[in-house]
Amino acid sequence: MKILKVFLVIFFLFSQSSINADDQDEINKITKNLRCLVCQGQSVYDSDSEFAISLKTLVKQKLNEGLSEYQIYNYLKIKYGEWILYDPELNKNTFVLWLLPILIFLIGGAIIFKNFFLKNK
Amino acid sequence: MKKKLLPFFVVIIFGIVFIVFYKGLEDTNIYTPDLNVQKDIPIFTSKDFYSGKVLKSSDIFEFNKTYLLNIWSSWCVPCRQEHPLLMTLKQNDKIDIIGLNYKDNKKNAVIFLQDLGNPYEKIFIDLDGTQAIEWGAYGVPESFLINNNKIIKKYIGPLNEDLISEIEYLIK
Repeated sequence: MKILKVFLVIFFLFSQSSINADDQDEINKITKNLRCLVCQGQSVYDSDSEFAISLKTLVKQKLNEGLSEYQIYNYLKIKYGEWILYDPELNKNTFVLWLLPILIFLIGGAIIFKNFFLKNK
Repeated sequence: MKKKLLPFFVVIIFGIVFIVFYKGLEDTNIYTPDLNVQKDIPIFTSKDFYSGKVLKSSDIFEFNKTYLLNIWSSWCVPCRQEHPLLMTLKQNDKIDIIGLNYKDNKKNAVIFLQDLGNPYEKIFIDLDGTQAIEWGAYGVPESFLINNNKIIKKYIGPLNEDLISEIEYLIK
């Protein structure tokens, strides 16, 4: 019986810590995609500035309130603008950024295809 | 026909790339926050600096009034520099100055106000910095000019004499 109790306690402790680890993973994932606005070239995750520390606390709070990753990004976008996100969204200012590489890739592919395959025929 | 099309496409693509980069040259590559913001003030609950009682944003900010929200801290050196200017602005009865005590130790903050004077109508506290993020602030000191529960202007960094006269001009 005693062994069972000890086993249960250990099991409980381990399951608790794994929940915390999941939370921390989620916080890390979000803060890695947030730009520390008062630092130079650092993400919120990397930085230890007052601003970044507060943002980490805030992300944790918002996750506890039940907000999703996307909702947190939106919330911060309203407060600080698009610049706070490392991963820019597709909109009228960024469409060239997203589409140009694909376009160049397709055209390059077409040129290669034309030169190598069609010429051989 | 096909041979004629290829140079045509290449020219068009280079044209697009050129235009995009040329337009990019005009943009400043220094991040400039939006200062003339017409945003509603956030709705929040915080604690009163002196009494520790729960304060709602509606208890602090009234419609039809003009406020200057000043984020300050006793450990912040530029806050000390701008403090005498806030004391002068306090004389102006068209504006109420509200303080947001940022990540501070209460004892030090009280000493700070005893030494330099208290320009604030009300002070609420932010122990972990999350309140400041609600306001879209970057750090201390920072000030927000508020009218009719809307943020009219944001001042990042310490206020100086020019900015104080600008505020006085805006609230006339």
